[in-house]
Amino acid sequence: MVINIKKTLEKTTALNDCPDWTFELLAQYQTEIARVAKNYRLDTYTNQIEVITAEQMMDAYASIGMPIGYSHWTFGKKFIQTEQTYKRGQMGLAYEIVINSDPCISYLMEENTLPMQALVMAHACYGHNSFFKSNYLFKSWTDASSIIDYLLFSKNYIAQCEQKYGIDEVEATLDACHALMNHGVDRYKRPQKISLDEELKRQEERAEYLQSQVNALWRTVPDTKKKTDKKQHHFPSEPQENILYFIEKNAPLLKPWQREIVRIVRKISQYFYPQKQTQVMNEGWACFWHYTILNHLYDEGLVTDKFMLEFLHSHTNVVAQPEYNSKFYSGINPYALGFNMFIDIRRICENPTEEDRQYFPEIAGSNWLDTVHFAMENFKDESFISQYLSPKLIRDFKLFHIHDDAKENFVEIGAIHNEQGYQQVRQNLASQYNLSNLEVNIQIIDANIDGDRALTLRYTPHNDIELGKSKTEVLKHLHYLWQFDVKIVQETANGDDEIIAQCPAKEDKKGD
Amino acid sequence: MANFIDRRLNSKNKSTVNRQRFLRRYKNQIKKSVSDAINQRGVTDIESGENIVIPKKDLSEPIFHQGEGGIRDRVHPGNDQFSPGDRIKKPPKQQGQGSGQGDASDSGEGEDDFTFSISKEEYLNLLFEDLELPNLEKNQLDKLIEYKTVRSGFCAEGVPANIDIVKSLQGSIARRIAMTSSKRKQLKECQQALEQLQEDKHDHVQEERELKIQIESLKEKIAKVPFIDTFDLRFRNYAKQAVPTSKAVMFCLMDVSGSMDQATKEMAKRFYILLYLFLSRTYKNIDVVYIRHHTQAKEVDEHEFFYSQETGGTIASSALELMDKIINERYNDNQWNIYGAQASDGDNWADDSPNCKSLLINKILPKTRYFSYIEITQRAHQTLWQHYQQITQTHANFAIRHIKEVADIYPVFRELFKKNAKNAA
Repeated sequence: MVINIKKTLEKTTALNDCPDWTFELLAQYQTEIARVAKNYRLDTYTNQIEVITAEQMMDAYASIGMPIGYSHWTFGKKFIQTEQTYKRGQMGLAYEIVINSDPCISYLMEENTLPMQALVMAHACYGHNSFFKSNYLFKSWTDASSIIDYLLFSKNYIAQCEQKYGIDEVEATLDACHALMNHGVDRYKRPQKISLDEELKRQEERAEYLQSQVNALWRTVPDTKKKTDKKQHHFPSEPQENILYFIEKNAPLLKPWQREIVRIVRKISQYFYPQKQTQVMNEGWACFWHYTILNHLYDEGLVTDKFMLEFLHSHTNVVAQPEYNSKFYSGINPYALGFNMFIDIRRICENPTEEDRQYFPEIAGSNWLDTVHFAMENFKDESFISQYLSPKLIRDFKLFHIHDDAKENFVEIGAIHNEQGYQQVRQNLASQYNLSNLEVNIQIIDANIDGDRALTLRYTPHNDIELGKSKTEVLKHLHYLWQFDVKIVQETANGDDEIIAQCPAKEDKKGD
Repeated sequence: MANFIDRRLNSKNKSTVNRQRFLRRYKNQIKKSVSDAINQRGVTDIESGENIVIPKKDLSEPIFHQGEGGIRDRVHPGNDQFSPGDRIKKPPKQQGQGSGQGDASDSGEGEDDFTFSISKEEYLNLLFEDLELPNLEKNQLDKLIEYKTVRSGFCAEGVPANIDIVKSLQGSIARRIAMTSSKRKQLKECQQALEQLQEDKHDHVQEERELKIQIESLKEKIAKVPFIDTFDLRFRNYAKQAVPTSKAVMFCLMDVSGSMDQATKEMAKRFYILLYLFLSRTYKNIDVVYIRHHTQAKEVDEHEFFYSQETGGTIASSALELMDKIINERYNDNQWNIYGAQASDGDNWADDSPNCKSLLINKILPKTRYFSYIEITQRAHQTLWQHYQQITQTHANFAIRHIKEVADIYPVFRELFKKNAKNAA
């Protein structure tokens, strides 16, 4: 009897589940979601939820999700591509885009239904948002409060440069910087945070100062007597992996405004650096929370069955993992892997099996909320997988490991989802997300400041994988910035350095 | 905790700048694609934009990435048949397992060319960049022929249909205020005086009566000022303004005698398409008149013009005569911008060529903005070309060009309409 009454009471308080949303309804859902999120200790930046149209969504796509971006043809190309594939129906648009900023901006698509909007709010405004605020990579690499200001600064600065120096010059500089964008991060140093006020204040003095430093470095006052001794000194004294930084500080002939553009691209690259390394975790975390929060609302009776059916339909689409032989297979779906891992962590905490106790003695049976928060805050994809991928999940996904050596004419199955294979599968999957295995290892080893100013880079192959064919093209861009000879060397089997690419091409080059 | 912002009404074309940058950068490729596409169009089909194809490799944004070879370890889901140690033969010429981890959304597209659409405006701009209509400046001033009626203020006289009520009533109010103000002032004074007298305890019968009479007469005078007067009336004024006419007619003249084969006609067609597209950028309404001729000329429709075959000799002057006749009948050169384009393989009855020359000089060229003659032939020039060449020396609005193959058309067209060209000598 009592139960019945309670049920009817709850029914009257259920939120409207009509497909069409209004701002009032969104606000109601938002309030409920926020309440539940707080309950689960999700710490977020203030949300700024913006409703946009499909066309605006394509704009957002084109500018790689930056709400304000400088003008460049590649963004135009991206937009045209997106528009084409969208109009032909080859691709749906994302339901949302969320930006790591404070306040945290989330874009909701106008044509989403009300349940979709609720899903998206739980996913982006509470899932991603809390991830941005608490994950250690984001904490140390990005400053959410200043990014919008910085983007605005860079947009204006580049627009100014275009007016002063012409679109072509600026475009060529940006092209060159984009080609090296992945090499604009100091992986081992904590970066400085960027804020607009400082940037503006420092920008001009920096331009002058930098130029004077460069001038000092390249001073051509003859010092002939000591030259032979000096030749032994390497510059830079240690290999530099942050190519853009090196260019910004040391390129001999760059103009001050070009240095600033190099800096801008470098800073933006740094901003995206954590995102590249936390795709599985970030999406997994967001999916885990939209799933958990909306189920919580359902348990409270706040959302209806109809709502849940639509929600679950979308949710399952998002976290589906096609198998390797499916025509839809295009690698492991980060949403699927991440979501299932967080669900699995919760399961291990709440209902551990013998196996779990053996593999995860420290978390089996612990407080699940503490555990998922800890996992979210302190890991990146690689370490997260190697720490938390459970045998059960490997079995569920039927993961198997393929070893492919280009020298052989076969590929070999290294390990599968069985007792002997768990460790190896996990280790290999984790290293699949290790950025240093994915991005090429290329470092500046020498700038011949006393001689012909030639710049030498060293490519260190990972697993004997060659440097891709585009190297010559990229080198042209590097040459544009450095303006003297550049070359890439690679160590051969017998320990010598072999030039694998150079610019200008060898014919034009004077003998060393 | 959360702010909602409705951005749907914000400008949506945030990427327009970037799109323009993109077009700007790939202008050369796009232009090539545009001029290739011209071949597949009908003469008057100008409503559509165009699909542009750019080879993907030209668009690449190179970055350092991992290439071929080496050892790769990958983990895949959904094992249904494999055990550790199984070896699977690689298919011949295996490309490796793809280069590293990409965004799932980025990869998956094949090596197609990059295809996209440009709008009609963008298409025409690219097609005719740096081109201008010859003689436009010079002729425009002395040929202001069409008049447009435009509003130009108000005037005191006019027909009742043009009365502007608001202006008229404003005038009426002003006049009434002006004509009654002194009387109203007097009236006010009288009324005040009357009130004072009435408040006074003593009787002022006589004075009161006088004042009352005065008040009455003032009121009457005020009432007599007419509510509206012919003086108030204002009429909307119209003036005639000369405007350059936006109508153009394009005469396509073509030799269809036996010597003109289909391929030659196709080439001529392309030239007409270009001309039509080009004119359509400047003029709102364009008529196209197709005149084909062998020994006799005939006005025909587009299809017949291009696709019906006739045999016989060639008398080019017949077409010029017909053109002149049609101009006189239907296209008054005061109202129409007349353009002519003649295409031929150069064959003409030798005695007729001087005729053509004099027809052009005396009748046609004075009326036309521009007349172009293209000769599509692999052979040597004949009499028609030689006579026409003489005209070019004296007439700036006449040009001749020689086309040998399809690829010549676009360059020749550009040459004809080049900006600031010293009009084909």
